[in-house]
This record gives sequence, structure tokens and C-alpha cells, in this order.
Amino acid sequence: MKHLTEEYDIAVVGAGHAGCEAALAGARLGLRTIMFTVSVDSIALMPCNPNIGGSSKGHLVRELDALGGEMGKNIDKTFIQSKMLNQSKGPAVHSLRAQADKQAYSTEMRKTLENTENLTIKQAEVTKLLAEDGNITGVRTYSGAVYHCKAVILCTGTYLKARCIYGDVSNYTGPNGLQAANYLTDSLKELGIEIFRFKTGTPARIAGNTIDYSKMEEQFGDERIVPFSFSTDSEFVQIEQKSCWLTYTNEKTHEIIRENLDRSPLFSGAIEGTGPRYCPSIEDKVVRFSDKNRHQVFIEPEGLYTNEMYVGGMSSSLPEDVQEAMYHSVPGLENAKIVKNAYAIEYDCINPRQLYPTLEFKKIKGLFSAGQFNGSSGYEEAAAQGLIAGVNAALKIKGKEMLILDRSEAYIGVLIDDLVTKENHEPYRMMTSRAEYRLLLRQDNADLRLRKKGFEAGLIDEETYKKLLKKEEQIKVEIHRIEHTNIGASKEVQDFLTRHNSTPLKSGTTLAELIRRPELSYEMTAPIDPDRPKLPWDVQEQADINIKYDGYIRRQLKQVEQFKKMEARKIPENLDYEKVGSLRIEARQKLESYRPVSIGQASRISGVSPADISVLLVYLEQYGKLYKAEKNG
Amino acid sequence: MERTIAAISTAMSASGIGIVRISGEEAMDVISRIYRSKGGGKEIKNVPTHTIHYGYIYDGEELVDEVLVMIMKAPRTFTGEDTVEIDCHGGVFAMKKVLETVLKNGAKIAEPGEFTKRAFLNGRLDLSQAEAVIDIINAQNDYALKSSMEQLRGSVMRTVKEIRNDLIYHIAYIESALDDPEHISLDGYPRQLLEVVEKEHQEICNLLKTADDGKIIREGIKTVIVGKPNAGKSSLLNLLVGENRAIVTDIAGTTRDILEEYINLHGVTLRMIDTAGIRDTQDIVEKIGVEKAREIAKGADLILYVADSSTPLDENDEEIIQMLSDKKSIVLYNKTDLASQVDIETLQKRTGHTVIPISAVEETGIRELEEEIKNMFFSGNISFNDEVYITNARHKEALEEAKDSLMLVKNSIEMSMPEDFFSIDLMNAYESLGRIIGEAVGEDLVNEIFSKFCMGK
Repeated sequence: MKHLTEEYDIAVVGAGHAGCEAALAGARLGLRTIMFTVSVDSIALMPCNPNIGGSSKGHLVRELDALGGEMGKNIDKTFIQSKMLNQSKGPAVHSLRAQADKQAYSTEMRKTLENTENLTIKQAEVTKLLAEDGNITGVRTYSGAVYHCKAVILCTGTYLKARCIYGDVSNYTGPNGLQAANYLTDSLKELGIEIFRFKTGTPARIAGNTIDYSKMEEQFGDERIVPFSFSTDSEFVQIEQKSCWLTYTNEKTHEIIRENLDRSPLFSGAIEGTGPRYCPSIEDKVVRFSDKNRHQVFIEPEGLYTNEMYVGGMSSSLPEDVQEAMYHSVPGLENAKIVKNAYAIEYDCINPRQLYPTLEFKKIKGLFSAGQFNGSSGYEEAAAQGLIAGVNAALKIKGKEMLILDRSEAYIGVLIDDLVTKENHEPYRMMTSRAEYRLLLRQDNADLRLRKKGFEAGLIDEETYKKLLKKEEQIKVEIHRIEHTNIGASKEVQDFLTRHNSTPLKSGTTLAELIRRPELSYEMTAPIDPDRPKLPWDVQEQADINIKYDGYIRRQLKQVEQFKKMEARKIPENLDYEKVGSLRIEARQKLESYRPVSIGQASRISGVSPADISVLLVYLEQYGKLYKAEKNG
Repeated sequence: MERTIAAISTAMSASGIGIVRISGEEAMDVISRIYRSKGGGKEIKNVPTHTIHYGYIYDGEELVDEVLVMIMKAPRTFTGEDTVEIDCHGGVFAMKKVLETVLKNGAKIAEPGEFTKRAFLNGRLDLSQAEAVIDIINAQNDYALKSSMEQLRGSVMRTVKEIRNDLIYHIAYIESALDDPEHISLDGYPRQLLEVVEKEHQEICNLLKTADDGKIIREGIKTVIVGKPNAGKSSLLNLLVGENRAIVTDIAGTTRDILEEYINLHGVTLRMIDTAGIRDTQDIVEKIGVEKAREIAKGADLILYVADSSTPLDENDEEIIQMLSDKKSIVLYNKTDLASQVDIETLQKRTGHTVIPISAVEETGIRELEEEIKNMFFSGNISFNDEVYITNARHKEALEEAKDSLMLVKNSIEMSMPEDFFSIDLMNAYESLGRIIGEAVGEDLVNEIFSKFCMGK
């Protein structure tokens, strides 16, 4: 039989948030890239919540943007409400979240993909990976067509052997009734890849014109909107916004749920996959937090193209009739019509410890993966990995050093390190508490942290990078000026301080010291700082944060120094742990299966003790010297 | 990895001289903070390498000890790093005090085998020694881990766990509010947290006080009483405990079947090892067998052999006498109130140890026993197990760190810093305390967040 055969550099399997970023990165770096999807109409689909960002996820989007990703730009074009979360808290936990017009989001992304040079979009199901001697050589589709390539990036999301479930109804489809991918898992298993089965879920969608909003609290967006992308003009995003609505479950809701628990596939055992604890279904919440007499329910618009509303906080896999009763018990939803039922979805994914921090498989050279397939959850987590996998596939083909962000550089670094280093038993979600250096990894400085890396990788153009260098310089100069500006105890200054409930000065001080006072800030001190230059607001913001939290930032920088030393001690890729005498068996097995790239990564594997690390260091020292001796001899 | 470390590098005995060794980049800074020369004029940091200096160690304004300080700059040192050795003259207590002062001034207590490890990693040891170095690390580490847990008092363990539970709850509360600000509010929370932090800070201060009294771990001269049935072992123990105001009695019912009594003799702490069996039968040899007794005696720093002068020596005594041959021991010639069947000279000759006549019934000879133990200690004939001391130092270090972290939280709250700053230092305190009970942080926080707080879409 004759089959189509084509040649590409990179094949991306899947066109969700990971797939889009991966394909764009590959193509933008000049490599012939083909992206496969089971349906071109589901490109950049948002099958669950209608928003991008949120606590720590907003950070990921910012970082992605700084590196040259698309998500930030795309949501800036298509959002319908925006909010900066945690504004009353420290700058490290400020996080942007925008409600998206789902259809517009998808369409805009598709347009971008279609207009990208070197990028081919193909509607086909990839059923087999082709590999020779541990190297990827291409993919085969359901029709038998073969696409030869140098790298493959798997971004299959929740589609592998997907099954949607509510009550005793079970459909072998992907999200939203889309076609599942049922063959690829076997091909992965043949290549010796370890497969997990995870589960997640989504709430019902309700017809907006059947909701009684008068019984709910209206939730507005911010008055002044901050864009996601560092490249978006902030005037461009000052749009008229749509509202969200807040209501609550009540005892009656909980009673309905409790009475029907035995009909839930989760409790009856019909669902085997491991679900995420951070977005529990409403039945889960009712069981686990039985002391709470109500739970919040956010009603969020799905977009401008529809009146469908997303019922945030009430995902479920209860039977249809129970869902009906349960939603109707919520104030404002008494007469609501359900457009789409809530459901749980099960899917195949991998144990991500099989990956290097570059997101390349340890076992198969040239095979990369990203997104929910790697055991994460969330659009932002997926997109972030997609970009890294795409960039690295391209860099590898070009024979350049691949990009690894470490835990002190980016949330993306934390995300990937956690995935490839830690035991993962549920879909992984980003949280600010997972970032130990979060005072440094702020959403406001993502460009300062990562633009350079994006430029070096080739995704950021020179003009953009030069702008960043200018910004860096302005910040440095301004901070220096503030530290060296003396403020005397003049009447004007004392009056100013008294006016702001701040203790008057006993003697002169620096402007920096005043800015550090909790009740004052850079902006507020302008009247007593006559020499202040006119600077862009983002430069002012950086000066303010860096001066104000100087002590804390310094402490974290010191910790990072220690951390970097451990990361810098590399472990040879082919190290034979059997030869490392005196390693405890557990540690040996763990090290063997994770094959960490550095001493730092090794030390984060659970079951590897500080003593094991010492043993490893001593061995590496010996190994290093012997290796050198061999080379020289 | 390159933090500056310190440890006592000689056996911890009361004898004359002991050495405290400091190694690492900041070794010279540490010593210059605590050393004063006789005239006070010498800047120890600037002296030539490999020279020895007479002077004093000061903890702030308090004189700790008269010392000789050896300054050795990298790379020609054992570890290959800047190294300082302090020769202490004032015996074990002064030595401990010197080490504490060093730790207070920027050094960290050395991990087991750490000096050797550094020597190796810095190329100061031959490659062929790698295996030996690894063995040292492993052996010492196993011991440290085991002893660390064993030595920790049940009550201390409980307190540390309670503080940690409290801390992680509050960290999780803050973090869940940061992750899900629309579900969980922090309004008015800082004031509440301030109370918690002040309470835990006080708890840690109390623990530190306990540590200073040497009570946090089972520190003391490990002492075992042996003797054949009815020789009067428990009468002696009761007498020692009763008369000498047992300082602490540990609560039985932990996993071990060993009971311990602490006896303080003029500043010397005896850790009396008793087995649960003794309590019931008052007979270690008969009930749990010679093997077990031998095993216990083997690990002891001091053996008290109670010989019954009213009965002839029998095979039980023979076993015991053999057991004593290479141990520090005192023979107690008991029941002097009864007619004698064995004479003191024979006993002395047979055992080769000091014999003290006592009568547990009439309570005579006890003062002499105490004097003898004291003399043995201060003359350096018996010593502490120094790992025990190191464990204590490590625990103290961890407690101090936790205390400092909580102070930072307190400051942040009082400065009205945003809440996300609190959890960073709270987490540091949680981590430090975890080191005491051998628990790493791992996924604790994430687990706590998900189990205690309801969040999510």
C-alpha cells in the first residue's frame, strides 16, 4: 500500500495551549514545523474555566511572554474582564487574571498560527511514534501517512484514551465531546514509557438568560487594566468589561449531594484516575469539609459569542438528574437551564520523571513532551511547558545548548523541576507557595528576569531586547539616586511626614529609608524629592519594590547563591549508580530512575538523604579525576 | 556547601586539653570576633599562616577560656580551607562553651564526617581513600541519625511536633488565602498570628533553656549497674536516685524497653541505664541473661559492679569480672553490714578496679562512691560520648534558627508588612525544627493546604 510521506523538522502532537506554544516556538526559530490536531476547530480550546492567569498562573503567563510566548498577547486581544489579584498583599503575590472570550481566544490563536512562517497545521490523529535506536524519527497518523522529523513534541492534553463520566453515563470522548486519541498510548508503552491515568472535571454550563442575577453579587473587573504582555500597549486594553457573579451553595444543596453520593462514579469506584485535590468536585468539598455550611459559586461568562455561563466551584460527576436538582438549589439558579452537564474526565498521561528538565525524554532522544500529558493541569502550566519543549526541540536540532530555567529564575523553572523531580500523584497545579524564592520571581519583573533568555534563544527580537536593556539601566540609576538622596529634617519634610501619619525625623536620612517605611512609597514621596526624573511607570514600580523590600530580597538572593552552587555541580548523563559504593538501596534506585542532571536536583528527590549526596559528591570527585586521567592518558 | 563549620575534634573528656576546629571561608572572621590577645592589640585575622597565638576566647564581654589558637590558611590545611584550631585549657565545660561561642559567631556545627569529606573534595586526600571517606560519612551518619532520635526526649519531641503542627497550619492558611484570595480572607489575621508567633517563640526559648541544662537530649555518662541476683543493685540505684535528687525521670512507654535515671553528682551527670527487666525481677543476669547484660555493658561509659560480700564469688561473678576487664568500672563491696565471705583485696586483684565498701542498707560508703566517680571524670578517666554532645549542639543550632525566624515574622507583622512575607520566615522556622526530629519538609505544606482548606474552582 502506498502512503503519504513528508519531511519536517519538528512534529507537534496536539493543538492545545502546550501544542500552540511549542509549534510557534519551533516555527519562529526557523524550523519546519507541523502541528497535528484531531480537530482544527479546537485549536487553543479552553474546555474548562473561561479564564487565563490567577494566583501564580498569572506569573507563568508573564514569564512565557517575556520569553517570547503567545499566550499573554492572545489573552490581551480577547479578554472581557481583568483583575489584578492580591493587590492588598506583597508584590510577589500580585497576579493577573483575565476572563476570556473563549471563541475569540481560540480564533485569534488560530490566526496567529496560520500566519506563522514554517508552520503547517494538519487535522489527523497521530497513532504511532517512529523511533530507531533510541532516537525519534517521525510519526504515523491513523491513515498510515508518515511524517519524518528530527523531533516530536507530545502535547496530547486530556485526549489520550479519554473518557468523560457523569453518573453511570460514560463516553469515550475527549473534552466537550471531541474525538479521543485511542492508539498513541500503546505506541508509547511499546517504547517503554510509563503511563499514569489522571482525572479532572468541569462544572456545568448554564444558559445566561435563565439566571436570576438579582440574587447574586456582581463581581467587577479592575478600573485600570494591566495587560498580560509586556509588549501590549496598556491603552489598548482599557475596554468595557463583562461582570462575573457570586452566589453560594447552601444546606439544601449539600443535602441533595449527600443523599446521592452512592450514585457518584467517584465514590462507587467507576473512576480510577487520580483527581486533583486543589479543584475538588462539589461532592468532594461537601464530604471533606462537612463543617462548612456553604461554598462559593462564581458564575462566569464563557464569552461574548454566547450567553452560556460557567458555574465555577461546582464541578461534578453526579448523574444528570442530581446535577439538575443541585444547581437549582443555588440562589439565582432556581430556574436555570443546563446547556452542558458537568462531567469528570479520565485520560492517560506520563510519569514526568522520565523527562529531563529540558522536557526531552531520557530514553528517547528527540522526543519531547509538554502540558497535561506531563501530569500537570491548567492552561498556563501547559503553555509554559509547551514553549520550553518547542524551544528546546529547536535548539537541539540546531545543535545549540538547550534552555533550562532553574527554580531561582522562574516559576516555569519551579514547575518543570517539580514535575521531573518530585513524586507526582495528581495533576500538578502551580502555586506561589511552591516557589521558595518567590520574592524574586514576581510577575512585575518577569521581563527583567527572562527577556535575555528569550533573546538568546531567538524568540525575542533585538529591538525588544534593547528596550529591556534601557529599562534595566534606568532602574539601576534611579535606585542609586534614591539611596544617595539625603532628606533633611526641614519643616516641609516634617509636615509631609505628619500628613501621612509617619514619625517625624530626628535627624537627616536618605530617601530610601523613608520609602522603606510601611506607610510610605516611592510615589508618595515625590513632593519631598524635587530632583526626581520623569520615568516610565514600570521603572518607578521596580525602583519602589526594590527599595522597599530590599532586606527581604537580599536574604533570598543569598539563599539563591547557595542554591546555584548545588545546581552548578553537574552529574554525568551516563553515570552508573551501581558503581557508587555505599549508596543506600533506596537512594540508588531513586537516582537510577530519576537520573538527575545536577547535585542540586538529586538533593530534591525524596528518599535521597544528605548523606547520600555526600557519598555522591565524593564519588563524582573520584570519577571526575579518573575520567580526566583516562582522557589525558 | 561551603558554609563554615566547627566541631570539637578531640574526645570529650574532662582531661586537660581539647581542640575546637573551625574550617571554611569565614573561619578567620569567626575567630577574630571572639579572640583577644593578652594585651588586646593583636588582630588575629592578619597574622601569618601556620602560627600559634596565646590569648582568650570571649563571648561578648564574658571570658570563656584561656586558649592557644592555631591559624592555618588555605590551601595547606587538612580540609584545604582556612582552618583555625582552638586549644582549650579549661576542661570539658569550657570546651563546650568555646564551641558554643564559635557557633554563635557564624560557624555551623559540622555534619558527621564533614571535615574528612571536605578534605577529600578539596583534593587533600588520595583518590584511593574515596571508599574510606564514604564509609566514614555513612557510619557516622547512621550513628548520628540513630542517636539523634534516640537521644531526643519524648517530651521534647512532642513539643517540637506541636510547634511544627501549629506553624504549618498557619503557613497553609496564609498560602491558601494567597492562592485563592476570593475564597479565603486575611482581614485581621496578622494580629492573630502575632499571638501565635509570640507563643511559639516562648516555647522555643523554653526548649533552648532545657538544652542549656543538658536536658534536651540524654547527655551524661552512660552508667550501668551489674551484679548477680540479690547483690543489692536496685537498693544502690534507689539510694543514688533518692539521695541524689534524680534530675529527671524519663517517661517509660516509648518504643525502647530501656529506662533511664539521671543523677547529678556535683555537676557530673550520670545517665543510669536500667532495663525494664530489672524493675520487675531486680535481676539483670538471671532474667535477661548474661548476653544482654554484656551488650548493655559494652556500650557503657562506666560500669558499677555490685559484689555481694556475704556470699562467695560464683560463676555469675566470674562472667561479670570478665566483662569489666576493658571497661571503666568501680567495684562496690556491698553488704558490709553482714559477715564477709569475700575479702576486698581478692576482689581488687581479680577485677583490677577500685573497690569501695558500701552498705546499701545502712547507707554507708555512698559518699566515697560519689567522690570516686567525680575524680574519675575530672581526671579524664571517663568521658561523655561526644556524638551525644554534637547532637545537642545541632539541636540547639536548629532551635536558635527557628527562634530567629520567628523574630523576623514578629518584626514583619509589627512593620505591617504584607502577609506573604510572614509565611517565608514561618517556613524557615518549620524547616529548622524539622531537622531536630529528622523530618524534611517535602510536600507538607501542599498537603496541609489541601487537607485543611477548601479551595478551587
